Amino acid sequence: MRTHARPWWQRVLLTREMLTVLILVVAWIVASAVVRGFDGPLTITYLVLDVAPVLLIALPMTLIIATGEIDLSVASVVGLSSVTFGLLYQAGLGLGVALLVSVLLGAVCGAVNGALVAYGGLPSLAVTIGSLALYRGLAVGLLGTTAVTGFPDSWTDGATDNLGESPYPAITLGLLGMIAVFAVLLHATPFGRNVLDIGRSSEAARFSGVDVKRTLLILFVLSGAVSALAGVYYTLRYGSARGDNATGMELQVVAAVLLGGVSIFGGRGAVHGVVAGVLLIGVLGSALRLEGVTVNVINIVIGTALVVSVVAPRIAGGMRVRRRRAAGRRTQGDGR
Amino acid sequence: MTNVLRRREAGIALALLIVIGVTTAVQPGFLLSTGGWRDLLLTPAILVVLAVGQAVVVITRNVDLSVGSVLGLTAYLTGRLFLEAPDLPIVVVTLAAVVTGTLLGLVNGAIVAFARVPALVITLGTLYVYRGVTLTWAGSDRIDAGDMPRTFLGLGTRQVLGIPVLTIVAAVVLAAVGYYMYTSRGGRQLYAIGSDPDAAALQGLPVRRRLLGAFALGGALAGLAGVMFAARYGTVSSGAGTGMELQVVGAVVVGGVAIFGGSGTVAGAALGAMLLLTINRALPVVGIPDFWQRAVVGALIIGAIALDRVLANRRARRLAAERDTGPTDGADGRPGDGADGRPGDSEDVTA
Amino acid sequence: MPNAAPTLRLEGVAKSFGAVAALRSGTLVVQPGTIHALVGENGAGKSTLVKIVGGVHRRDAGVVELDGEPVDFSGPAEAKAAGVAVIHQEPASFPDLTVTENIFLGREPLGSLRRIDRRAMRAGARDLFRELGVDLDPDRPAEGLSIADQQIVEIAKAISLDARLLVMDEPTAALSAVEVRRLFAVARGLRDAGRAVVFISHRLDEVADLCDTVTVMRDGEHVSTDAVTDVTPDELVRRMVGRDVAELYPKVPSTPGEVVLRVEGLESTGTFHDVSFDVRAGEIVGLAGLVGAGRSEIARAVFGVDRYDAGRVVVGGRVLRPGDPAAAIAAGLALVPEDRRLQGLVTESSVGRNVSSVSRRRLARLGILLPDAEARLARDWSGRLEVKAGALDAPATTMSGGNQQKVVLAKWLATGPTVLIVDEPTRGIDVGTKAEVHRLLSSLAAEGLAVLMISSELPEVLGMADRVLVVREGRIVAELDRAEATPEAVMSAATPGATPGATPGATPGATEGAA
Repeated sequence: MRTHARPWWQRVLLTREMLTVLILVVAWIVASAVVRGFDGPLTITYLVLDVAPVLLIALPMTLIIATGEIDLSVASVVGLSSVTFGLLYQAGLGLGVALLVSVLLGAVCGAVNGALVAYGGLPSLAVTIGSLALYRGLAVGLLGTTAVTGFPDSWTDGATDNLGESPYPAITLGLLGMIAVFAVLLHATPFGRNVLDIGRSSEAARFSGVDVKRTLLILFVLSGAVSALAGVYYTLRYGSARGDNATGMELQVVAAVLLGGVSIFGGRGAVHGVVAGVLLIGVLGSALRLEGVTVNVINIVIGTALVVSVVAPRIAGGMRVRRRRAAGRRTQGDGR
Repeated sequence: MTNVLRRREAGIALALLIVIGVTTAVQPGFLLSTGGWRDLLLTPAILVVLAVGQAVVVITRNVDLSVGSVLGLTAYLTGRLFLEAPDLPIVVVTLAAVVTGTLLGLVNGAIVAFARVPALVITLGTLYVYRGVTLTWAGSDRIDAGDMPRTFLGLGTRQVLGIPVLTIVAAVVLAAVGYYMYTSRGGRQLYAIGSDPDAAALQGLPVRRRLLGAFALGGALAGLAGVMFAARYGTVSSGAGTGMELQVVGAVVVGGVAIFGGSGTVAGAALGAMLLLTINRALPVVGIPDFWQRAVVGALIIGAIALDRVLANRRARRLAAERDTGPTDGADGRPGDGADGRPGDSEDVTA
Repeated sequence: MPNAAPTLRLEGVAKSFGAVAALRSGTLVVQPGTIHALVGENGAGKSTLVKIVGGVHRRDAGVVELDGEPVDFSGPAEAKAAGVAVIHQEPASFPDLTVTENIFLGREPLGSLRRIDRRAMRAGARDLFRELGVDLDPDRPAEGLSIADQQIVEIAKAISLDARLLVMDEPTAALSAVEVRRLFAVARGLRDAGRAVVFISHRLDEVADLCDTVTVMRDGEHVSTDAVTDVTPDELVRRMVGRDVAELYPKVPSTPGEVVLRVEGLESTGTFHDVSFDVRAGEIVGLAGLVGAGRSEIARAVFGVDRYDAGRVVVGGRVLRPGDPAAAIAAGLALVPEDRRLQGLVTESSVGRNVSSVSRRRLARLGILLPDAEARLARDWSGRLEVKAGALDAPATTMSGGNQQKVVLAKWLATGPTVLIVDEPTRGIDVGTKAEVHRLLSSLAAEGLAVLMISSELPEVLGMADRVLVVREGRIVAELDRAEATPEAVMSAATPGATPGATPGATPGATEGAA
């Protein structure tokens, strides 16, 4: 038996993810040609710096959505970790220690979500709406309206400087590393296969010996930890730890993940699609900003793209089913 | 069932009374001054209207995250209409806002009902789209209080017999929608659809029509809330209503409407909205800096969901136990039993 | 009235699903004011017939007439509107609505201002319950209702819709004796009111007690229709089962070795009780019994998918931790579950992914799955079992039932188990693949695998098993070795009401109840 039904290039190219990649490429080309100032090194720099937190968080979010759950508390964890980072620094701790503690705190936040969803059996949508408010509330409560600033240059520059003479910021390496880790995790480990199975049929997964509850818990912990890491980056990038940092970012992340071809029903998704989705939103934002168009238009574009990206496959699938059913009816014998 | 329901709504009402009581003890002006009494009733009015609409949607096992954006759009629409045509009667402007909200809600409903895509994703998208439209339209403009007719603004603060007008509006909305949900066939069908959508379709219920109606109602009420917002605050920026959707969902959940659909009441949602906002206002009085209010809200939401789950489990166990200790019979009595009869029915009585 | 048209008339009704002919020639004539029993083994075609009558499926051939008028329902709603009500074994109500609301959903009585007249509705429900002679609280939420009560609600609904024909599909499987009596009183009331009732059941004692007429089906065909008084339960068993059991099953003789799986006193309150048995290496133990007897539940408890309340499972001499399928797999157990599509396979995944799924961790090097590892294993085992698919990455949902089952088997055999539990190994599979599966199981046993086979198809159990354990209502009531296991013996032991020992070859088991 053949391993694959279709030739390799069809398997790689005819996917939802590649559609997003294609749209990204087209958008890039069009923007470079049409938008003045887009075709320059600064564009890439700011693109990467801007999308970095969204990209980071989108990676574990992909796995969570692939199991059929969701985590809306991620942006609040960003804020909370930003506050923790700032406060610990203010208290005199070394930034390295502050980083570690903040990430750990994020992991704890994720563990709370995970415990409630996986072991408490509570719906993830509702729970993470609650923890979204709780964690954001803690962040704002701890710091009030003030901010912690004055981070050492060595750290803030590290967050924003470029790699030598290239237009790529230093953090690109870190981002690529994370992308690689999550790509391998989802696509090339038993854990990743289990995640997809849970999204497709958690019952069958259970019968195959998968510990569904523990897998979900791990995913939420990952989401919390990575969100916290993104929070530290965000703080250093803007040089300011505030309780309301990254408010609303969760919607951007979910939009990017869904644009990237991950199904909201769970069971399918690929990291390269999500990366393309994040970059696509970033590119559109940059281009519009340079054109002087209000960033609000991009909201309309993202929203519409989101709706279309979810509705179109359903319609296509519906047409296919209807065609098959009609064919079946025609070939069935009479006697009715 | 009514007993259990009464318990949940009563519980929220009780919590509300406790919060008011404790806060008033600390600062009597919270309740016992004209300003205090008015604020207590006035502040939650807008959220109550939103929560009532959202509750209907959630009961059908859906959600509408775009309500904040709809509110922003219709609030700005209200302001602009008054700006451009100051002689327009208030009723006409209100109607325009409500109709706009209804249409926006119908877009969501149509996609959910016909494409059968999860409402979470669709309304997430329309949240962006509607907000974007508002921002593009408004730009950096802001409608100021001075731009709107005084009679209209007066509605925001006037009182009738000591009760703010906006609160009366909210109460009327609550009564009307609650009446519909409780006394109409359509209301029962909405609950059935949320309880088991597949069974509802199999039994021939008009699922699509009901879903369209639910989302249209949610949109209409969001439109109304936009008018109320403009009347209350006078100043409408393009960011009005941002973030309200999560407050609304929180209110609904705290109010006992299960996120899985099929249960809960609009009255509960309204109480939930009142509880959330009253706690918000009570915190600084009690000495908790209001920076912590969101944390409290979040903890409440999680607590409410967990509580509902615990109660549901306990009720299921109680109902199962009642069933098992039900009509029993000492002798086995199965017809035709001979030597291979089952030993007694005592095994049916399980813990 | 002698010339009134029968309420329901089926003649020569046929229905196939792909290659599998579920119903070859269904014939049934039900007069108004009678309770008509429909009996037959699993796979005899009863449920397909019911689904056609209820509008769930459309027939391929034959005649269906309701009150003399030919009908062809396009859906369950249409059947309901025509006056056909099917009471399922597990009826589904809307748990959040009350009993009354469930009954009248969509047709609630309206009062002034088109408001639902709750009082009239409640009175209506009470009237229905009174007419049925039952005592249910109309205001109770439907959630958590016992199955017996849910059935009553369904029947009440049917009456309020003025159903002329009620089909009860194995209604007593989950009922206590008291609830059965209540249901019978209700059924008799329906009959006396002139409605027609079809009663599908395995329980011949109940058939004798309740019904007027009994139709026997076998292998998708009508066998006989008689007045209940004209035929004994044992004769019915003979008709249900009587086929040429001399079909050859490729049974390779094997000498059983050590005890590999030992189950001691396993108990799950309300489901199964005091279950104990051994399975040795190289032997095939058949677990026979009626649907609902508890066999699948026992298998799931042994494997760890479900928990149990008492007893223990010992594999290879070591006690197995309960409720942990991963531990069971590590100890060498494998379970091919009853529901292929929901439990056995991830239908959205490809053939290759399914076959390699349980072996994933073993295949990973330093936690990483190299690109070819899964495909190699999948190709190897698909080849061995001759799975027919276009390609390894074809989604499992596109394959026939037989091939799907082979995929499930391949998945588990790839883990190299010492004990294989198969639950309905050939249900819904074409004849050719059936034989392949049997040959496979037989040769595996010959190689030393311990096999526990749950099956509701008698020839399969009798042809394959070295020993047959008969489960009835959660207990093992008989243990028959290959020589003494005849169809009559097994069915008699499995069926409440049939007299064990009345048919030659049946021996009362060692673990029978208060005999």
